[in-house]
Amino acid sequence: MIHYLEIIFTALFIENLVLSFFLGMCTFLAISKQVKTAMGLGLAVLIIQIITVPINNLIYNHLLKADALAWAGQPGLDLTFLGLLIYIGVIAAVVQILEMFLDRFMPALYNSLGIYLPLLTVNCAILGASLFMVERDYNFGESVAYGIGAGAGFMLAVVALAGIREKLEYANPPKGLKGLGLTFVAAGLMALAFMGVAGFAF
Amino acid sequence: MKILDKYLKQAAPLFAKDGRLARWYPLFEATDSFLMGSRLTTRTAPHVRDALDLKRVMIMVVISLLPCVGMAIWNTGYQANLALQALGIAGPSGWRGAIMAAIPCNPDSLAANLLHGALYFLPIYLVSVTVGGIWECVFNIVRGHEMSEAFLVTSLLFPLTLPATIPLWQVAVGISFGVIFAKEAFGGVGRNFMNPALVARAFIFFAYPIRMSGNQIWVGVDGFSSATALAELAEAPVAAPITALNFSWNDAFLGTIPGSMGETSTLACLLGAALLLACGIASWRVMAAMLLGGLGISLLCWLVTSPGNPLCNIPPHWHLVLGGFAFGLVFMATDPVTAPHTDAGKWGYGLFIGALSITIRIFNPAYPEGVMLAILLGNVFAPLFDYVVIQANIRQRMLSHG
Repeated sequence: MIHYLEIIFTALFIENLVLSFFLGMCTFLAISKQVKTAMGLGLAVLIIQIITVPINNLIYNHLLKADALAWAGQPGLDLTFLGLLIYIGVIAAVVQILEMFLDRFMPALYNSLGIYLPLLTVNCAILGASLFMVERDYNFGESVAYGIGAGAGFMLAVVALAGIREKLEYANPPKGLKGLGLTFVAAGLMALAFMGVAGFAF
Repeated sequence: MKILDKYLKQAAPLFAKDGRLARWYPLFEATDSFLMGSRLTTRTAPHVRDALDLKRVMIMVVISLLPCVGMAIWNTGYQANLALQALGIAGPSGWRGAIMAAIPCNPDSLAANLLHGALYFLPIYLVSVTVGGIWECVFNIVRGHEMSEAFLVTSLLFPLTLPATIPLWQVAVGISFGVIFAKEAFGGVGRNFMNPALVARAFIFFAYPIRMSGNQIWVGVDGFSSATALAELAEAPVAAPITALNFSWNDAFLGTIPGSMGETSTLACLLGAALLLACGIASWRVMAAMLLGGLGISLLCWLVTSPGNPLCNIPPHWHLVLGGFAFGLVFMATDPVTAPHTDAGKWGYGLFIGALSITIRIFNPAYPEGVMLAILLGNVFAPLFDYVVIQANIRQRMLSHG
């Protein structure tokens, strides 16, 4: 149990996909104008991560890995080169389902996420989580924990940035920095603060 | 004073909107209001009569920092003189040696300690205030803003968080980063979301770790190794770490231990806190909450004895006097700009910082001192604390008033 909590905590703070790997920046910067929307986006990413990372883990371990297809009479087959395609396919399917769900039941959130909802398909934070899962050789239980941690980490970062940006409504930056430029500066300072939790040891 | 006042009044039209020197108005206004007080009067209601206007708030913070500055100068000199005595050397090398030749470097002599400490503190402070001031002037003149005394606070806080041996160019780089990216990029004082002095320190902490951590840097004598209390405790015997220290709780409270220049003395911080609270500048809620958070976590760790980590077994009252906890609590966490603005938010913010700084201190071997990073993280989440409080209030009012 402690082991799983450690994976969640690590993914949430120490190896935060956004603030220490700088993955998924486009969505992170685009949908962080308001806390409410950011929370919706964060929740969407969290759900997608919780579903896709374990599914991709099953696919990797039982279909793609070297000798994984031994049960089908194909020993020695190594399909890992198909990984990238298949993970994105899984993510695309999950995003599609989530999109239909939001459109039907939460139209306000669906409209405020706009184009960025379908774009979650190619969000590098989401694909990154699956690839990290493969690279670190997580088993199924660990991949569930990692999915939760990675998704919650994205949510935490995007909601915190949205809070800061709501406050920055009152900022008065030099002309060239207005808007996205200032957001980049804020995100950089956030990453600086997040370095404080890197290196935790239990 | 009257002559000066007359002279400033005469000069005023030159700097007015279409005067010859209009471009330099921010500098004139800064000098004028610093020496004479604000000449602006409100024309329409509401009128608030208070000697403590927005400009004076920052000056009060500077005054409340003076005990820490005094302790910083004395203790830096005291530690250096102690080290010289231990090594059996008569005086420091280089230009400091030339000046210190006037008085023998005796750790028992107040004058020698103050002079030796000043030779370390003043160059750092001067670099910090000059470089910080230049950036402030550049931005204010180009953008036509009024100067604010807040940069005096930032450029005094920053040197106090540094070790005595920091190279001066690093001080300049740090304060430049802090002032430009944490403050002026956002439009100046009151519009930033992170404490510029802390950002400056964090920046050089990560950029030049060799000069910001370790055992060699805390005392201004070349090659003299002297660990800070927290670094020493991390290596101490697990069961009773305090016994490994060669000083008592009182020494740590008074601040006669190695560490960053301004942070060692809890007593000096308390004096500053008293003044800040008396003027109503700092929020007592943030201070109380951070104290509670820190005490809570350290008590918890202390009660649940850990077999492997000596830092877990430090009694809670020691945590309060070690490292930068007191300094961060009084001067950094209470920064009214970067803390939450709602009362409940301040409680949450303080508890968060207090708990996190002790947690980083105990469980994060990468950084023996977590206060700076905990406060920066607190700054990141401060708007969220406000958001949650405001949303809860809206929901409650919706329920009770429909």
